[in-house]
Amino acid sequence: MAIVLHRIDDRLIHGQVVVGWGRPMGVGFIALVDDTVAASEWEQELYRMGVPPEVTLHFADVSTAQREHAAWESDPRPGILLTADIDTMARLATATRVTEVNLGGIHHAPGRTQRLRYVFLSPDEEQALRTLAATGVRISAKDVPGGKPVELEDLL
Amino acid sequence: MSNRAPRGIIVGHGEFAAGLASAVQQICGLADVFAAVSNRDHPAGELERILREYADNGAEIIFTDLPGGSAANAARRVMRDHPKLVLVTGANLAALLEFALGERCGPATAARTAVEKGRSAMDSSGGES
Repeated sequence: MAIVLHRIDDRLIHGQVVVGWGRPMGVGFIALVDDTVAASEWEQELYRMGVPPEVTLHFADVSTAQREHAAWESDPRPGILLTADIDTMARLATATRVTEVNLGGIHHAPGRTQRLRYVFLSPDEEQALRTLAATGVRISAKDVPGGKPVELEDLL
Repeated sequence: MSNRAPRGIIVGHGEFAAGLASAVQQICGLADVFAAVSNRDHPAGELERILREYADNGAEIIFTDLPGGSAANAARRVMRDHPKLVLVTGANLAALLEFALGERCGPATAARTAVEKGRSAMDSSGGES
């Protein structure tokens, strides 16, 4: 089944991901790609508490994720790959086959402008998304499965 | 309306927290026991900052809807530097009423009692075929 959702969400693992997306997709694994979380046992334990025991949870920094991505893609179970920010997803995509990216939650921060209720972007982040899209990655925003997808060109 | 700091914080998705706080108020008239916080539209760091502020002002227990997720994660981060703070996950109205109306005791005991009450309120009936 492979990775069925590459999602950028600054909350990483939370109800919307585990229940909203994970349940209807019947996910068997979640790959959480984040350099900080990968280096912290405490952070990993925190996120592990939000995942049901039948779902395998992988923690990886970007370079490890670049190496593991093909193995995750060949997993017979459907899976979700999460990053907390655009930069991490873009770095991952430089060395792996990412065809589609979901913007699921990039919330307010200084320097960001609101694009959707759940998407706020700085000029640098907008450029990073345009650059990523130019490589052939389809990018759209959708917070929950039943939501209306908003394509990048309509978002910016 | 009292200006006392809330003893309990309810945090959850959508209107979960506001709905439960409103239900407590409707049942027993207590408007100042709980503060209600929605995790909707708050970045993780902002949610943590809000909870930390309540904890700094004397909140004893954080009630969340789900055991994992942004609300519980934010609470656990605050608990690292507020070790006396107690987290109750899977909160329901029965648990909150017990906390609001029960005998005043330490937060750990109050949380345990509230959890027992909340758990015992869950039941199902009917559905015979």
